[in-house]
Amino acid sequence: MEVLNELPISEPIEEPVAARPGKKPVSRSRMVLNRLRRMPRFWVGLVGLGLVILWAIFGLIPNAWNFTDLDVYNMGSSPSATHWFGTSDIGEDIYAQTIVGLRKSLIIGLLAGPLASLIAGIIGAFAGYLGGAWDKTIIWFIDLLLVLPSLFLFVLLSPIFKSLSWVALIFLLAAFGWMIMARVIRAQTMSLRERDFIKAARFMGVGTWTIISRHILPNVSSLLIIDATLGVGAAILAETTLSFFGFGIQAPDVSLGTLLSAGQGAAVTRPWLFVFPAAILVWTVLSASLVGDALRDAVDPTSGVNRD
Amino acid sequence: MTDNNNHLLEVRDLTVTFPQPSGAVTAVRGVNYHVDKGEFLGIVGESGSGKSVSSLAVMGLLPSSAQITGDILFEGTSLLGRSDAELSRLRGEGISIIFQDPLSALTPVYTVGAQISEALLLHDPKLSRQAAAARAVELLRIVGIPHPERRAQAFPHEFSGGMRQRAMIAIAIANNPRLIIADEPTTALDVTIQAQILEVLQRAKDITGAAVVLITHDLGVVAGNADRIAVMYAGRIVETGTVDQVFHEPTMPYTIGLLRSMPNLATAGHTRLVPLEGRPPSLGNLAPGCPFAPRCPIAVDACRGTEPPLAALNDPQGKDARHSAACLRMDEIAGGQLQRAELFPRPERVAEAERADLTPETVLSVDGLVRHFPLMKGAVFKRQVGTVKAVDGVSLAIRSGQTLGLVGESGCGKTTTIMEILELAKPQAGRITVDGRDVAGMSAKERRALRRDIQVVFQDPMASLDPRLPIQDIIAEPLTVHGVPAGARRAKVAEVLDLVGLDPAMGARYPHEFSGGQRQRVGIARALVTDPKIIVLDEPVSALDVSIQAGVINLLEDLQERLGLSYLFVAHDLAVVRQIADTVAVMYLGRVVESGPAEAVFDDPRHPYTRALLSAVPVPDPSLERGRRRIILDGDLPSPTETTPGCNFRARCPLYKLLDADQQALCRDQDPALRPVAGTSAACHHAASIELVLN
Repeated sequence: MEVLNELPISEPIEEPVAARPGKKPVSRSRMVLNRLRRMPRFWVGLVGLGLVILWAIFGLIPNAWNFTDLDVYNMGSSPSATHWFGTSDIGEDIYAQTIVGLRKSLIIGLLAGPLASLIAGIIGAFAGYLGGAWDKTIIWFIDLLLVLPSLFLFVLLSPIFKSLSWVALIFLLAAFGWMIMARVIRAQTMSLRERDFIKAARFMGVGTWTIISRHILPNVSSLLIIDATLGVGAAILAETTLSFFGFGIQAPDVSLGTLLSAGQGAAVTRPWLFVFPAAILVWTVLSASLVGDALRDAVDPTSGVNRD
Repeated sequence: MTDNNNHLLEVRDLTVTFPQPSGAVTAVRGVNYHVDKGEFLGIVGESGSGKSVSSLAVMGLLPSSAQITGDILFEGTSLLGRSDAELSRLRGEGISIIFQDPLSALTPVYTVGAQISEALLLHDPKLSRQAAAARAVELLRIVGIPHPERRAQAFPHEFSGGMRQRAMIAIAIANNPRLIIADEPTTALDVTIQAQILEVLQRAKDITGAAVVLITHDLGVVAGNADRIAVMYAGRIVETGTVDQVFHEPTMPYTIGLLRSMPNLATAGHTRLVPLEGRPPSLGNLAPGCPFAPRCPIAVDACRGTEPPLAALNDPQGKDARHSAACLRMDEIAGGQLQRAELFPRPERVAEAERADLTPETVLSVDGLVRHFPLMKGAVFKRQVGTVKAVDGVSLAIRSGQTLGLVGESGCGKTTTIMEILELAKPQAGRITVDGRDVAGMSAKERRALRRDIQVVFQDPMASLDPRLPIQDIIAEPLTVHGVPAGARRAKVAEVLDLVGLDPAMGARYPHEFSGGQRQRVGIARALVTDPKIIVLDEPVSALDVSIQAGVINLLEDLQERLGLSYLFVAHDLAVVRQIADTVAVMYLGRVVESGPAEAVFDDPRHPYTRALLSAVPVPDPSLERGRRRIILDGDLPSPTETTPGCNFRARCPLYKLLDADQQALCRDQDPALRPVAGTSAACHHAASIELVLN
């Protein structure tokens, strides 16, 4: 049933291209930027993310309390003029703690998520494109990492990481967060490899690395970008889990994760302990997703919005 | 028109509109046609002309969002507005349909026999299961499936494409319908299988006495089979009449152009094709006036203002009034004031001065190329259970400025052969020589340098262009490999875009913004950018609409003469190969069975397979087509895993059956080698007695 193929109308793409005289050729990245600029989603996400980052940097300045300060006169108080987000049981200022926690979580999330996607993209594309023994070895390694309980490895490795700094946590999270996506990318690459345009590039003598970076990665980029934006949230949450078990961020350092795990028991009775960090987390992940969504549509010229 | 009791099916002023987010699209705009009992109507049109939509409307199979107006009368009663349950009773019993893709039209989890029985049981609940199964076997026998008892138990995936389409025909005729609608039934099939299926369709029509509506884009298919033809363009019928009227005295300029733009086995190779410029309009926002006016060479101002209705032609010879056309100037065309042959200007060949100087030399030679794939079985410990002989000793040679056409059915090893050549690697056996240098002993660096000389154009222009890159980057890609600086790259891209007839300013656009023909031009531009000597063309026009094909073929011819290119042209469409090739090699099961100069191979083929292949190609000329005799090959292409001693064409060979016992023994025992026979080379022991076939 070729009903839809019979309708050339539904694809305005079939229009013959008229010349646009006198225009300099525009580079690809320029075109992606132009498209991004036309998308409201992108601006909403970017502004949201920008506000969170600015707040994380400058939010402490107007506040009278530092995140380590204990206000023994106001233990467990609800939000007030002195403590904007209230205080914890031992009198810590939640506002200050949220900001300091947000700084850590932002850095961890924004670095670990995309880093994991990058590793997944490169390794998956290599395995899928090269095939043969390379593919077998890489897949064997991925499967090995997937079967090993990663928490167990974290526990094993945590003494080493403790001696370094919390920054090492970023790499640890990235190192255990790429495997499933790498398998997806590998499968995508294997089907892309048989497509004519990859064959055409190969027959022109284009090198392996160029084919991967120029043809394969952009064509799986929508997957990677979604993965990276989702990864921001996932990395923040993974860090929470680790911190909860005592292997991630250690006191007196705080992160959104440690705040959430500390406050979740009081979510009903003293909601300010939980709601403010949680709201900030949702805000951050949502903004990152909006930017990612817009980016995916801008990179993919065939996605709905670009069909004008 | 007044007495509609005579008509089996009558479609009156049918309009189908699909609401779309970007505005409603009218796919069918006021179509009138009728089919009488036992009549064979051909509906011809390019993709997007509304031919399938109008027939699906008859079956009531359009999505519920479609808005249908007008009337469809089947045996005098209206079909529109009936419930799906009522229509379901009619489908199969009254009207049945055969779809284009037989793989997706059969359910993969039931046996073919069960699916035919299902069609029978649905319409006759009193029928017992045993009787239905017996009838299914009988139907399979009617449509020419060997061992129908056994085959009825097989699943669709065990059937080849041609056999699946036969099974579909069996289902379609199961309940003796009065009307069979065949929607592009042979488009997905090879030409020899197409000939078989058309024959089965004719037989089914004769047995059931049903009327047939054959929908196709191939004018050749309808020429030999149909009684009447309706030509559709932009959602309307623009010309209708008997086959002879439409083919011999076409009156709508679109029909004239379509007929002249088709490469035709009877005329190809001698004259240049006449392209039909432009492309069909998009039905979303149709300008007022005749939709063909922008492409029409004789359009006058009035054409752009009003859309001409389909009107009966004033036939001066007074034959009959069934010939109608929709053109303001049709009387001038019919009356002879406008000469049909001169309507569309025939493009000039490249001027002598612009042609490239050539020294005749062999630029590419392939000698005894072999590519076998091992057939593995087992999950953990794989063992070899057989060999697929995809390419089994192929030898080819191309001289500079010449075109070698490589033809054969799908699965014969054409694509594997060219992939082996393009890899420029050491073959399993045999030798590949480019420019006199053997590729086997080359270093990686030499090989990369050699890639400048040999480029490729793929079949599907959409799949072969990276959708994520603007076309200027796609075209420049081969140059980046060879380290050409950015400035020189840009200049060269502009130059080749101009060469293939595209505006260099379009470079910043993405592939999906181009039409099919333009995309293939981009593909050709990419192949040209390194100034190659050889271009491998893998079915370069088969994915394009008929009216677009001619323009691309002409472009390839022009480029060859201007730049002195050599083409390795792979195609299954023999008419296209006849048009462009200087020498031809016919492949069957991984071997070349006949090769030689194009005239010799096409005019006087010496191998029975070539002969059968050529006779299966439909010619868009009804009088020629009726006079031709087809050699119908039995069965399908055998699997290349089987090893047959002797000649591997034996099982399907029409000549083999005519030979005496001694001669047959030779075919059984000895594998024929390619040997020169009267102008060509053929791999047949009995090439000399080829005249037995057909005479």
